Amino acid sequence: MKTDRILSILFILPSLILVGIFIYGFIGWTGWVSMVNWRDVFPDFTFVGLRNYARLFQHFRFVISMKNTLVFTVLFLLFSISIGLLLAILLDRKVRFEGFFRTVYLFPMAVSFVVTGVVWRWILNPGTGGESVGLNWLLERMGLGFLKSGWYTDPNIGIKAVVIAAVWQMSGYVMALYLAGIRSIPNELYEAAQLDGANVFQLYRHIVLPLLRPITLSAIIILGHISLKIFDLVFAMTGSGIGFSCDVPALFMYDTTFRGNYFSQGAAIAMILLMCVAVLIVPYLTYSIRTEVRR
Amino acid sequence: MRLGRFFLYLVLIIFVLFYLMPVYVLVVTSLKSFKEISLRTMWIPPKEIGFSSFVRAWYGDKSKGLRGLSGNFMNSVYLTVPATLISSVLGSMNGYVLTKWKFKRANLVFALLLFGMFIPYQSILIPLVQVLQKTKLYGTIPGLILVHCVYGIPITTLIFRNYYSTIPSDVVEAAKIDGAGFVKIFAKVILPLSGPAFAVTAIWQFTSIWNDFLFGLVVTPNPSVQPITVALNNLAGSYFVEWNVQMAGALITALPTLIVYIFLGKLFMRGLLSGSLSGM
Repeated sequence: MKTDRILSILFILPSLILVGIFIYGFIGWTGWVSMVNWRDVFPDFTFVGLRNYARLFQHFRFVISMKNTLVFTVLFLLFSISIGLLLAILLDRKVRFEGFFRTVYLFPMAVSFVVTGVVWRWILNPGTGGESVGLNWLLERMGLGFLKSGWYTDPNIGIKAVVIAAVWQMSGYVMALYLAGIRSIPNELYEAAQLDGANVFQLYRHIVLPLLRPITLSAIIILGHISLKIFDLVFAMTGSGIGFSCDVPALFMYDTTFRGNYFSQGAAIAMILLMCVAVLIVPYLTYSIRTEVRR
Repeated sequence: MRLGRFFLYLVLIIFVLFYLMPVYVLVVTSLKSFKEISLRTMWIPPKEIGFSSFVRAWYGDKSKGLRGLSGNFMNSVYLTVPATLISSVLGSMNGYVLTKWKFKRANLVFALLLFGMFIPYQSILIPLVQVLQKTKLYGTIPGLILVHCVYGIPITTLIFRNYYSTIPSDVVEAAKIDGAGFVKIFAKVILPLSGPAFAVTAIWQFTSIWNDFLFGLVVTPNPSVQPITVALNNLAGSYFVEWNVQMAGALITALPTLIVYIFLGKLFMRGLLSGSLSGM
């Protein structure tokens, strides 16, 4: 019995040590770097307190990238969740070839953000001449010419163009979450509602949607933390864009740290990102594990 | 009612077109020859179907300084396969302990492990590069394998833990009464039941490691060591490169994970759903 207990600890120990060092140790080290004066190839560990953070909030690029993240997050969540919910509800209406539709909606999840970025950069390319090319050409042919735009080359649009690619990639995932949720609703509930004479819309309004609320919460948290961290897609599709109109904090962090050698500034950005994610994730994790224990 | 069904399918099909639009552009463009490439004719099918762009994307063109993707494709294979296997095994070991040999505060430990799944990796990149440089693993494929193993632990542990908690404890207790110890129960009872969990984990890890960009970008600055996603970005980032070659490169990069998805979609989906903790 005793040896078994020791063996079980030995089994999990390598992972705990690795995670302890590579996640928590490294976060601690990044936290320390964010409070020193390291802004060259060679480290300088002079303690400066929160100065790097204070400067960051006055740095125009940081302010722009935080604003962009906010815009990106709101639009990305709004579109992914509404499209995902719509598709899940439609697919649940006893659709023929449901498997085919599901496969098509979800496949972008299997593709790298870099591939997505390369393709959408080409599709959304507005060209240099006056004529309509790429997606604009298609919109014009479909009589939707009023939707034509400069996409990511237009500083007023910037990050919003990246939202299109991100929604393309992730909305199918939300669909899968909702579909699994709808399918787990017991049949008796539907039958009871039908006995009470509820029509389809009432059924969704009063039974299905309220029961899907926990899934909406999960989707918000998962997509929200992805959107705070978004890097690959922006890097491959647009870079920081004209006047940093496509910039995000993760990209700024990469540039300033690994291209500019401003390690302390980069560490401060990383810590702010981490705190944003933690605000979202920690309550969610605590809640998930607590409810599981209670069960 | 009939009209309702019609609109239902109409909406579903419009979305199919939306999701497949980039695939269409990708395929059509990559089959064109360079002289047929222009932004104006993006949506028009090629007059002649040719595979020259795939050849150029794969082998490169030394005279124009174009690096082919073949070497990077193999780099991705060499790093994805071992990292997938090792992180799956670690996940299975952790899942076993966390469900069948719960210790005090096991849930807290699990929560701390899980948090690692959500962190922005920017918050560990600086020390990671320093440590890899000190250990001479910086810029190497073994270095990347190590990184993917470590940061894969949270998700693989989650999948195995969820799966093992569906195996009744009675099975383990019965084995204990028969005199089986910790290792024997794992090898003779748990592992033989673990097939589905290994499949889900392996597919998930394969996909996310193959598709990783950030670690490849930061850990391997040398183009000959880089994984394919980073190489594709370099290929696409150089302005002299033709769009048809870029699209062919993108298709080559996406192909392995797409094949896995098309043939093992159900397992991929299960991995996705467990990533959302909805399995809890």
